[in-house]
Amino acid sequence: MTPLLKVQNVSKYYGSRIGCAGVGFDLYPREVLGIVGESGSGKSTLLNCLAGHLEPDGGEVLFHTRTGDMKDTVTMSEPERRMLGRTDWAFVHQHARDGLRMNVSAGGNVGERLMAVGARHYGDIRDAAVDWLGRVEIDETRVDDRPGQFSGGMQQRLQIARNLATGPRLVFMDEPTGGLDVSVQARLLDLLRGLVRQMGLSAIIVTHDLAVVRLLADRLMVMKDGHVVETGLTDQVLDDPQHAYTQLLVSSVLQV
Amino acid sequence: MLDLSAKSPENAAEMSEYNFAYLDEQTKRMIRRAILKGLAIPGYQVPFASREMPMPYGWGTGGVQVSAATLTPEDTLKVIDQGADDTTNAVSIRKFFEKTAGVATTEETSDASLIQTRHRIPETELSEDQILVYQVPIPEPLRFLEPSEVETRKMHSLEEYGLMHVKLYEDIAKHGAIATAYAYPVKVEGRYVMDPSPIPKFDNPKMEMAAIQLFGAGREQRIYALPPYTKVVSLDFDDYPFEASKADHACDMCGAEESYLDEVIMDDAGNRMFVCSDTDYCAGRRAAGHVGAQAVADREIGQ
Amino acid sequence: MIKIEDLSKTFTLHNQAGVVIPVMKDAELQVVRGECVGLIGASGAGKSTLMRMVYGNYLAGSGRIYVDGLDVVQAEPREILALRRETLGYVSQFLRVVPRVATLDVVAEPLLVLGIELEEARETARGLLTRLRIPERLWALSPTSFSGGEQQRVNIARGFAHDYPALLLDEPTASLDAANRDTVLCLIEEAKARGAAIIGIFHDEAARNRVCDRQVDVSVFTPRAA
Repeated sequence: MTPLLKVQNVSKYYGSRIGCAGVGFDLYPREVLGIVGESGSGKSTLLNCLAGHLEPDGGEVLFHTRTGDMKDTVTMSEPERRMLGRTDWAFVHQHARDGLRMNVSAGGNVGERLMAVGARHYGDIRDAAVDWLGRVEIDETRVDDRPGQFSGGMQQRLQIARNLATGPRLVFMDEPTGGLDVSVQARLLDLLRGLVRQMGLSAIIVTHDLAVVRLLADRLMVMKDGHVVETGLTDQVLDDPQHAYTQLLVSSVLQV
Repeated sequence: MLDLSAKSPENAAEMSEYNFAYLDEQTKRMIRRAILKGLAIPGYQVPFASREMPMPYGWGTGGVQVSAATLTPEDTLKVIDQGADDTTNAVSIRKFFEKTAGVATTEETSDASLIQTRHRIPETELSEDQILVYQVPIPEPLRFLEPSEVETRKMHSLEEYGLMHVKLYEDIAKHGAIATAYAYPVKVEGRYVMDPSPIPKFDNPKMEMAAIQLFGAGREQRIYALPPYTKVVSLDFDDYPFEASKADHACDMCGAEESYLDEVIMDDAGNRMFVCSDTDYCAGRRAAGHVGAQAVADREIGQ
Repeated sequence: MIKIEDLSKTFTLHNQAGVVIPVMKDAELQVVRGECVGLIGASGAGKSTLMRMVYGNYLAGSGRIYVDGLDVVQAEPREILALRRETLGYVSQFLRVVPRVATLDVVAEPLLVLGIELEEARETARGLLTRLRIPERLWALSPTSFSGGEQQRVNIARGFAHDYPALLLDEPTASLDAANRDTVLCLIEEAKARGAAIIGIFHDEAARNRVCDRQVDVSVFTPRAA
């Protein structure tokens, strides 16, 4: 089987400071990879390098395109990369405001990616938007409301709908449940699990919440000071951590 | 069309106070280069170093600079504001060029070689030897959806125009139809999306014309252009096609049924009349004997 | 179906002065189709550790663990995930689920990930929940609010939703009443009858004697203190 994403030796430096260094892994179709680590561990830097938001100083990020070849997204042209960003890739920001157009209705937010790839039939776009709102459990009567009128959890769900409307194959998520109430988090996690399964998505989720990765991620990568210190099956890394830092991380979680 | 030589000698004496058309020759050259680039890349916004003009921003400084760089002493200038030759803005700009360039001026569309306009395209069809200069307040059609200029320039260069349709989508969602009536976005030669300046969308189809069209935005420092017969398509949806609408009425003065109309409130009782927004067109029709409903009524009262 | 060779395991506690605890050495075990092997040994002898290594939940130190031909010790994460989806079931002592998900769907999930239609998966789940005497009024609720015994039964239902060719059962009958205990043992017997290879830990001796074909004392794999 061909990996969907093949990451090799990706490094990013901020001056002399390490953002992330020598990161490599393969992500296969339908796999969900969690990246954990404390603030400043380089996990967000890595995610942004992978998603094309930051240019890595070294390494390759090979993506298995729909045409069947592995293309390095670091060296591909910007239009090509942005096209991927509108079609095969999705990016869910921690703060829904960063991923939504706050002055555009919920329907317009969901429809934007469809229009960006050429949809020109208002009725069809609107039907698709309503369908997507339903899938993320937002009542269709809210289709013309602006995101500012939504609760935090609803905004996050709207952001997910907006991202998934064009049927991407790879979703990047940066702390998707951060800043949400625990009860809202649970609902979002359940929703994400269902969507990942139904759409056959691959995902890379950056979070510092070990409970989130346990429920969402198949595999886990633990980062510290810009380096990957441990990788493996999520439950194996959490239940039988090998590296000193991972052991510390796991043992530091408060029990409820 | 563009006379790149300095001011003509016969005007030198009378124009001792101003350089021809106010701007210095270096500035005019810079603006002409921007205009030529704009013509070479139809619909593309060319940055230029906009100068301080002796009038405030919003009064047509962009259009004035483009006109100044385009005018030759042999030109005949017409200036219209919302279709009218007799409004403050039109009168002051006409006087400005009478004084600084000494060019002939006219109110008749067909007599003019250069027409500076705000918010309208004349009803009379323009010909190949004419230039139409638009005053543009906000040249960036994506501005209200994407405030970052860096991002909008990137969107233009990569032809990422999905956002433009988001605006039209919002219109239909909110109003049941595309409510954008002015500055209705167009796609030029299948490439650049362009703001046609705040002309009514009724005028959009006229932009595929024989004359050269130049657009100047003074505050925003942008010039763009349409060469003659450029393809200009108004954006729309398959199920909500573009319509060049106007008030469903005939001109009460000249009876024209195909011209763009202004609605004029007549009294406190709410009586109103519709008249051609293009004053020259209306006057021309009346001179030719056409009469509208109001003119007929006036005549009857007079009897 | 399951074959363990030369298996060893140590825990290194980096944050507690780097203490190294050897917990298993040279473990050997083989389970054929239709066979149930009971692990015995004192508490802490490594029964659960061995089972978790077979599931890939604990990392083996050295050795080989073949499940349906795949060496879990060397396998890529995605190979282990595929093994867990299709071949190897595990009923742990604890139920771990996303809060808010209905019990019916918790049980149906292993079938959904195999691509089985929602309604068909739910039908199977209903059957199991009925057999395990979870009242129908609870099916739409999340099991997180259930009693310990109810959670254990939901966990068992989930573990038996798909007919795994190999099963790991960690104390499946603990905290169950007689009737439910009997149901679980019946499920195990049915699994054996269809050819499943099973490794189980049963503290309940009667249960062990009823379903296990052999018993293996894991304390023989405990490393001698040097």
